[in-house]
Amino acid sequence: MTTSTVPTPAAGAADTSRTGLVMSGVSLELGDGDRIVRALDSVDLVVRPGELVAVVGPSGAGKSSLLAVAGALTSPTSGTATVHGHDLASLSARRRARFRLEEIGFVFQSGNLVPALTVADQLRLVHHLRGRRDAFDVTRALEQVGMAHKADRRPHELSGGERQRVGIARALATHPSLLLVDEPTSALDRARSQDVVALLRERTERASVATVMVTHDHDVLHHCHRVLTMEDGRLLAA
Amino acid sequence: MFLALRALAFQRSRFLLVGLVIGLLALLTVMLSGLSSGLVNDGVSGLKNLPVTAMAFSAGTKTDNAFSQSVVDEKQRAAWAGQPQVADAQLLGVSIVNTRKADATPVDLTLFGVAPDSFLAPKVDGRPALTEPGDVVLSATARKTGVRVGDVLTLDRVGTTLRVVGFTAQQDTFGHVDVGYLPLRTWQYIASGRSAAGAPTAAAIAADALDTASVVALRSAAGSTLAASGIDVAAGDQAADTTTRSLQATFASSPGYTAETTTISMITAFLYVIAALVIGAFFTVWTVQRQHELAVLRAVGAPTGFLLRDGLTQAAVLLVTFTAVGAGIGLGLGALIPDGVPFALEAAPVAGAAVLMITLGLVGAGLAVLRIARIDPLTALGGQR
Repeated sequence: MTTSTVPTPAAGAADTSRTGLVMSGVSLELGDGDRIVRALDSVDLVVRPGELVAVVGPSGAGKSSLLAVAGALTSPTSGTATVHGHDLASLSARRRARFRLEEIGFVFQSGNLVPALTVADQLRLVHHLRGRRDAFDVTRALEQVGMAHKADRRPHELSGGERQRVGIARALATHPSLLLVDEPTSALDRARSQDVVALLRERTERASVATVMVTHDHDVLHHCHRVLTMEDGRLLAA
Repeated sequence: MFLALRALAFQRSRFLLVGLVIGLLALLTVMLSGLSSGLVNDGVSGLKNLPVTAMAFSAGTKTDNAFSQSVVDEKQRAAWAGQPQVADAQLLGVSIVNTRKADATPVDLTLFGVAPDSFLAPKVDGRPALTEPGDVVLSATARKTGVRVGDVLTLDRVGTTLRVVGFTAQQDTFGHVDVGYLPLRTWQYIASGRSAAGAPTAAAIAADALDTASVVALRSAAGSTLAASGIDVAAGDQAADTTTRSLQATFASSPGYTAETTTISMITAFLYVIAALVIGAFFTVWTVQRQHELAVLRAVGAPTGFLLRDGLTQAAVLLVTFTAVGAGIGLGLGALIPDGVPFALEAAPVAGAAVLMITLGLVGAGLAVLRIARIDPLTALGGQR
């Protein structure tokens, strides 16, 4: 079993009312033809609010499986994963979907925005899905990622970096406890990669959200509070 | 609606394409509905407009061309008139003849021989019109052949003449031929095959007319349908030696009626199936193309119900909009169809066809978008693709 240390995030960023992500002894076994593959092997991980943790490792090491379990997209074979104090495995499929909507933000590769929606509507959609009828300050949310001036554009009218900025704004629109980021720089050049991950760090601290970023890009790791390595389903300190 | 309407607007050229197909199907459905109603009216409106509950044919008469095969007489009429719940029973003669106007223009007619003082007799301007043996009252549609009140029509070969004394207020046709109402005794005279040339006279009719007719027309004391009338059909048929059918069932005895309506119904049914398949296929492809987008939405927490409603809303908007457009164009084109074509646009069949098309289209779309429920949100993560 591997235990990660938990350094203190940026001063003033910690939010004691939130507990972020806590994974304890998490294993995940997946079927692969006739074989059973252990995608996660006794993973322990704590990510506090305001902390940006990077997970690196070769393809097939289990990084996406880590996001899947932390994001309540699948249940671990053993161990527990809690977000903001809620044991994810105890939730029904319907409540897991609702929990993702309320407490977990996702940033996907290339932003993965809805092609038909404008930048502003990408954020309004999340608000709409939550069934909230109260006013939502889209402009402010876009200002925080430097995209307010392109609120009326659609995804195909944006650069890769801009799409990721919108993706970050969308993920944070619900003020989640946990932000899961999947290869955010895979389609970006070096300069834009730096911008996006710097923005992630800044938003993680300001929004006081626990952020886990899976990446292959070692050039952006200096922005992170911690870097962990994943190998064969096991999580190791870098 | 949040996502559905925005996607419709964004992908408008794609949705317009399938919308055009829906519109064309709706247009065809309306045209077929008009043709179907037109053929029904042309085939049996003369029967539909009779204030009759049922028709008693001679015993054992088969459905096809039953009116020309059946022969009943006064005794059978009297037997039916004495049955409980039968308010009235009258002999009705039915035969198709060829006539010509004075200028030799051919005018084909289905002659309905009715007792002038009976419930079957037509009224013109609210008054009984058949006062003389040679009088005939024609369907309103006969005017289109150029016939006017006062015209004399001469039966081919036999030369017996009938004088047009009026027109009914509506279309009365049978077997695609205008109905001409004439006194029963005159019909029996013509049907005897011994009628002489010229206007029929009372003396000639008394000498040569048959005392039979085609059917006994029954009117119930209560209820407009045979089932609701309380008439004991079996007892009546036994007493009168007849085979009785409801008015609706006698439509099949009109020449070509069953073949025509079955053909149109089959074409219409195929159109409905095609509509469901087209919509289903479109939304299947559309859903497959959106699979990753839908996985992302499910990953961020969009409920399955929301995404299903979203897909069905798109289908409903498409179907309602383009069915309305297609039906509207169909109604417009219908108004341009020449008089000679049996075509009638009636509100109920057109509305029914539109509703059925929308419903079946939604069923097709519903089956297609159900695959949304099976999309795994895990596929939104890069490593899982």
